[in-house]
Amino acid sequence: MYRETEILTRANQSTAHESEDSGDLVINVGPQHPATHGVLHLVITLNGETIKNVEPHLGYIHRSIEKMCESLTYRQFIYVTSRMDYLSAHINNQACALCVEKGLQVEVPQRAQVIRVLMAELTRIASHELWWGAMAMDLGAFTPFFHAFRERETINDIMEETCGARLTMNYMVPGGVMMDIHPHFQQRVKDFIQLYRKKIHEYDELVTGNIIFQNRMKGVGILSAEDAISYGCSGPVARGSGASCDTRKYYPYDAYNKVQFDEVLETGGDSFARYLVRVREMQQSINIIEQLIDNIPEGDFQAKTKAVLKLPKGEFYQRAETARGELGVYIISEGGTTPYRIKFRSPGFSNLSVLGHIARGCKIGDLIAMMGTLDLVIPDIDR
Amino acid sequence: MLNEALKQKVSELLPTTAFDEGGEWLNINIEATDWPAFAQHLRNDGSLFFDYLFCLTCVDWKTHLTMVYHLSSTKHRHNMVIKIKLDRDKPEIETASGIWRTAEFHEREVFEMFGVNFINHPDLRLLILPDGWEGKNPLRKDFEDPVNMIKL
Repeated sequence: MYRETEILTRANQSTAHESEDSGDLVINVGPQHPATHGVLHLVITLNGETIKNVEPHLGYIHRSIEKMCESLTYRQFIYVTSRMDYLSAHINNQACALCVEKGLQVEVPQRAQVIRVLMAELTRIASHELWWGAMAMDLGAFTPFFHAFRERETINDIMEETCGARLTMNYMVPGGVMMDIHPHFQQRVKDFIQLYRKKIHEYDELVTGNIIFQNRMKGVGILSAEDAISYGCSGPVARGSGASCDTRKYYPYDAYNKVQFDEVLETGGDSFARYLVRVREMQQSINIIEQLIDNIPEGDFQAKTKAVLKLPKGEFYQRAETARGELGVYIISEGGTTPYRIKFRSPGFSNLSVLGHIARGCKIGDLIAMMGTLDLVIPDIDR
Repeated sequence: MLNEALKQKVSELLPTTAFDEGGEWLNINIEATDWPAFAQHLRNDGSLFFDYLFCLTCVDWKTHLTMVYHLSSTKHRHNMVIKIKLDRDKPEIETASGIWRTAEFHEREVFEMFGVNFINHPDLRLLILPDGWEGKNPLRKDFEDPVNMIKL
């Protein structure tokens, strides 16, 4: 901990440290701190225990993926994007593949579309599982982490069998998917659904219904729907405030227009509402998987595309719903084999920007819970 | 509103607007001086109601910079892209952070990566780059870093 004058040198341009005699305390959380789940640095101005300002400092894992992509071909750059939001690697790949396909005007075979949706929804469950365990751990409960990882491991094993990787899959390529699903895939996914249905009640019993947990979550970090939209929030963060924004519903891609599912909305806008959205979203993902797992159409898993892809001159934008919200891929092509400029609109970046707004006036102890419900993945924010 | 109706509405608001054809959404080119008043219209006009700025970025075209704003409406579910040319040697534009709060963070990123100066921005300083960064802006096309940059 430092008195504020001591850090004035490093934050010399900041407006947050103007008054020297106010008695405000400035503390640094991170860049290496268990609660940030990555290398995020927060400079917090406190008055007693009350938060006056939270200022994120980013860039500790900035790899300049956008610049890197300018020298990678349309087949190569997808591999880098798995390293952005590594918990939604499939969905990052999917968004990029869709954007390239939009430029090439390639029709993706039905089989590939269904496989993509299955993989994306399994990823969403795995990501929410990890969030659920980590979130409970942030609040001091260690057991839920193991429960969450039990199910998450099963998904990772399914991924490993088909994609050959457990975290950065790089499975979706322009035109479809890289290879066909493993012969055991369908059976193992069905086993997983059974296991999941048997265990899901534990989640509510362990955490959701826990009175200590509820007291720490309810009425904390309130975000209104208007602010959520103004701050560019998306995904469960916006939906917890009642702002309807599910990309899968409004701008359906791949096979999402063929399945029935509900967009999960909560109106509370507090940490508990954001928590409930994610827990209920896992249920919806299971529903989607159940509708598709026995109906994977026969046929090719990849459309025929040229070995070297050249996008026509123009601009292409594709959005996809990752576990954290709306991911946008914006490609500007000059007609060559590499993009002229590429922009990733990452959901975490906008969701983080709201932290200072919702934390103001809260107690320092609640900040960790708020960060937990924003579900920040730092490589996704820094890119 | 469909693209055609949007086009009609925009040309009524700002007769000098130039349209780019061929994109998925309506692409319009406007002058930086028209931006503050026009942005207010886009946000507050009931039939446009662009309340969601979902992407804000910049492109270095070597001769000039182009600011790109992707807007959509959560009420009407229509989208529009606004492009504003800026002088490459002295890029300046009014901030949009008073209208869409998300612009505050995104403009800080554009400020450090492209060197665009956002007038009246509440807190314009480095976000991702380390404190005390000097030199060129990394996402400009003429940026060279012999140590860290991998060229393929």
